[in-house]
Order: sequence, then structure tokens, then C-alpha cells
Amino acid sequence: MLIQRLSLGLLTLFVVSVIIFLAVGMLPGDAAQAMLGQAATEETVAALRARMGLDQPAPVRYFHWLMGILQGDFGQSIANGREISELIGGRFANTIFLAVFAAVISVPLALLLGILAALYRNSIYDRTVNVVTLSSISTPEFFVAYILILFISVQWGLFPSLANVGPTTPFLERLDKTFLPALTLTLVVVAHMMRMTRAAIINLLASPYIEMANLKGISKRKIITHHALPNAWAPIINVIVLNLAYLIVGVVVVEVVFVYPGLGQLLVDSVQRRDLPVVQACCLIFAATYVLLNLTADILSILTNPRLLHPK
Amino acid sequence: MNEPGNSAPSTDSVPPPPRPSSSALAVAGRELWRAPFSAKVGLLIIATYIFVALFAPVIAPYGESEIVGPQFDVWSEDHPLGTDHLGRDMLSRLIYGARNTVGIALLTTLFAFLLGGTCGILAATLGGWMDQLLSRTVDVLMAIPALIFAMLLLTIFGTSIINLILIIGVLDATRVFRIARAVSLNVVVMDFIESARLRGEGLAWITMREVLPNIMPPLVAEFGLRFCFVFLTISALSFLGLGIQPPTADWGSMVRDTSTLITYGDITPLLPAAAIAILTIGVNFVVDWFLHKTSGLKDEH
Repeated sequence: MLIQRLSLGLLTLFVVSVIIFLAVGMLPGDAAQAMLGQAATEETVAALRARMGLDQPAPVRYFHWLMGILQGDFGQSIANGREISELIGGRFANTIFLAVFAAVISVPLALLLGILAALYRNSIYDRTVNVVTLSSISTPEFFVAYILILFISVQWGLFPSLANVGPTTPFLERLDKTFLPALTLTLVVVAHMMRMTRAAIINLLASPYIEMANLKGISKRKIITHHALPNAWAPIINVIVLNLAYLIVGVVVVEVVFVYPGLGQLLVDSVQRRDLPVVQACCLIFAATYVLLNLTADILSILTNPRLLHPK
Repeated sequence: MNEPGNSAPSTDSVPPPPRPSSSALAVAGRELWRAPFSAKVGLLIIATYIFVALFAPVIAPYGESEIVGPQFDVWSEDHPLGTDHLGRDMLSRLIYGARNTVGIALLTTLFAFLLGGTCGILAATLGGWMDQLLSRTVDVLMAIPALIFAMLLLTIFGTSIINLILIIGVLDATRVFRIARAVSLNVVVMDFIESARLRGEGLAWITMREVLPNIMPPLVAEFGLRFCFVFLTISALSFLGLGIQPPTADWGSMVRDTSTLITYGDITPLLPAAAIAILTIGVNFVVDWFLHKTSGLKDEH
């Protein structure tokens, strides 16, 4: 079961890399043509093509490309000729930092809200949280972001609205500057995690052993924390990891709003400039992170569920 | 979840009538009256948006891309919501935005349903290698996050409205495919499908007359949810400058264009964003109620 899922994950990664690689081939002209522009003569383009290895067949080029990436070499940007690995390095760390920061706030918050909603279900609290989370799921991220900027940054002046961190920014200042982007991401993902936590626990509350505990006269609180929660961990962990995957991808819009120097902003800029090698590299990193986190979610849910670990 | 065995499959958006004597319209009216408050609010919101989108040229005080005043003008009698970064009237552009943004999102969702729904039902009805081929293709497409994939494809094909509709439509069709295939699989094993096959009905008859009416309720609910998703994706892309291009009035790009105002405490950039949020919330309320009605979740409490 576990090995099957792992090999499926590796296969997915391989297929995703092939798709992203092939996507470049669909562009009219090729990278050599794009770098030299329309005015270049046929000979210079052919020379550059040979130097970049573009005259070789696709499987060979794919192999070279993949080997390069595994050694940290993503090629060069068309727009400014810089090494892509140089452009990406610090930015990827920034994106991960923001996602982890958001996760540290949102996961405990979502669990607490979800357990409380399951404990006091159909109460005013539960209904309010239900409407609020349903609304926050259906709002665009930039709406949440600008509302936070308007109130917290502009009107109350608590946190800065620009997250312009550099490689030398000290940790505390970095936390201060990235607080609003992290809060925006938190508001976006908490709703989903909280609803799933509530659903997972309520689902269990219908099972006979909970009714038994009820009949024994155990308090409601104890039933949830001692009896329901341990069995609900598997779906909850799954949801948390899936939301982490969403965080990594969802940062794109938030990074642009707060002018945060992350991978998402690089991706957006490169799409506007049609700088394909950079877009390709960013997409590959985002997609690989996404696939790996999804894989982690599945593996964790297999590991935490004895029935899946030892199939009949 | 769905009940394919239900005696009267209804292609209507209302459940089968409780009494045969009442007309469909009367039933719809009664259901509407009994709908919870949130669903009524949702329906009212949707109706308002449709009205504004249809009569945009009549309601809007100025033209869509007409420059009528100084840049970033404050709210005044002439311009109730001020002007944008080029001096175009914000209110008029908000009104035209209902037409463009919602219209494009609706077209994209329809395309996604036509493609994903057809493939999903076909995969379930035909089975075999056709099912394998379609399902594995969808698995691969879904392995890459949609927004990221959309950006990669937009870089390759360029940002135009047609490309936007096709790319988002195809990416979203994968989700529709999954749902359509899953619910059709429950239906194609039923006896009436078997007997239709034995009668010698063709593929078109079986899919259109036998399967489709029975999977309609979950698909309609899914349509609402997918519309919200497509709408938010297109707005996000437009906000990033990669979606609907100027001078077309569009809510996502309007937020982007006026976003500098927020640092002066001006709420103008929030208006188009709120227009997006209110519509998705409204649709969600209606879908929530519809799911409740059709899936028999009524006895939850």
C-alpha cells in the first residue's frame, strides 16, 4: 500500500516534469530565437541553438534539462540572461517562510474553532462560525488582503502594508513585516480546515462507541477530547497537509498585494514578460511542492490508519 | 448521495412535485417561499447582478472606457464613486464589469461543463479503455495546481479572452469530469439502462435520455460551485494582470489599477473586490440550500 502510493507519487512527479518540459516546445520559435530577437540571422540562431543543445532530439534535451535541475541548474532567463537558480534561491526561502508562518497561526486556530464548533453544534456560535467561514471561503484573497491593509495598517498603524524583506532583515523585523500577508493566508485557509475538523468529529459522534460513552454519563467535553478526537486525527492531518499545499500555491496573489519578494511574484512578473525558462522553473517548483505535499498527506493517512496499513 | 432510483427524474431546478395536481411553477413558488433566509438573500443577489449586467448601458452614467475626469478624482455628485487611474468613471466601470467579468466566467463554466460533463458521462457509459484514457489524462492535469498551470499556459498562448476561456475551461473541466463520471457510474448499472441497451438504443439516446436526467441535481449544484471557483480564478488572474485585458472593464483588474488608493485610506479599490465577493457568497448560499433540498440532508438535526 505504502510502496504503491510512493511509486505513484514518483510517477506523478515524472509526468508533471515532462508536461512542463513539453509546454516549452509548443511555443512558436524556440528559446534561441526568443533570446536573439526577430532581427537575428539564420546562422546566429542556429549557432546559439547548437550551443544551447536545442538541435538535439526532445528526449535527450529532457534528460539534460532534468539532470541540470537535479544539480540546481535551471538555465538562464531570457529577459536578462541571469542564472535562474540565482533568481529563485532566496525567493523560494521567502515563500516557504511565509507559508510556514501562516501555518503556525492557522493550524492551531482551525483545530480549536473546529473542535468548539463540534462541541457546541447547532448553537449560535456554530451557526455564526458556519456563515462566516462559508463567506470567507468565497471571497477573493486580495479582498481580504486589502481590508486588512485598510484597517490594521492604514487606520490603526499596527503593522506595515509592505512586506519588503531582504536577505539581511533580522528575524523579528521579518515577522513584523510579514504579519499581514500571513494573516491574510490564515483567514483564507482556516475556514476550510475548521469545517473539515468539525465534520470529521461530528461524523464520529454518530458511531456506537460514542453513544456508549454518552450512556455511561461521561461529560461532553471528555467524549470529544478522549474518544472522538483520537480517531479523527487521520482526516484532520490529511486536511492540514492539503491546506499547506494550498498555502504554497495560494501565496501568489498575496505576495503581489504585499510586494513580498517571493517565488509567486517572480512567476507573475515572468509570465508578463513571457520569460518562459523562468516560468517553467517556477511552475516546476510549485508543482513539485504540491505533489510532494499531497503525497505526504496520503502517506500520513495510511500510517495513522491501521486498517489501511494492514489491508486484508 | 444522489437517488438515481427516484421515480420522477426532473431536469428542472426544483425537486419533483409532492402532489401531481400542482403545476411546476406553483411548486417552484412554494419552495422559494419556504427557502431559508440565506437562500433568499442569495437569489436576490443573483437577480440583481443579472439585471445590472443586462441593462448596463441604460444604468451606467458614462461609457465603459470613456475618460470623463481627472485621474483618481474624489467621490462627487458627477462621479458618485470617483474616477480611476486614467480618469474613467468608477461607477460606470463597476456596472459594465458585471457584464464582462460575470459573462466571461459564465461562458468559461459552460464550456467546462460541456467538455467535462460529456467526457465524464461517456467515460462512465463506455467504460474500458476510453474510461482509462480519459481518467488518467484528468489525473495528470489535476496533479498540477490550477492557477500555476493556467499561468504556464497563458505564457505560452498569450493573454486573450478566448485563450483565457479555453485554458480555464479545460483545467476546470477536469473537476467536472470527476463528478460527472462518479455520479453516472451509479446510474449506468441500473436496470433501466440495461433494458435500454437491450432495446438497442444508441449511445446518444442512453447518455442524453437515460443518464443525463438522473444526474442533473448534483450537476446543477456543482455548476454553482464551479462558477464561483472559475469566477475567483479569473478575477485572481485579472488582478495579477494576466486575465481580462484593458480597456475592458473588469473587477479584478479594477482592484489592481486603483490599489494605490488604499494606502491613503480610500476604500475605492475595495468596491470591485466586494462586487466579486458578494456574488460568490450569494451563489454559495443558493447552492447550499439546493444541496440540502436534493440530497436529503434535511434530517441532519
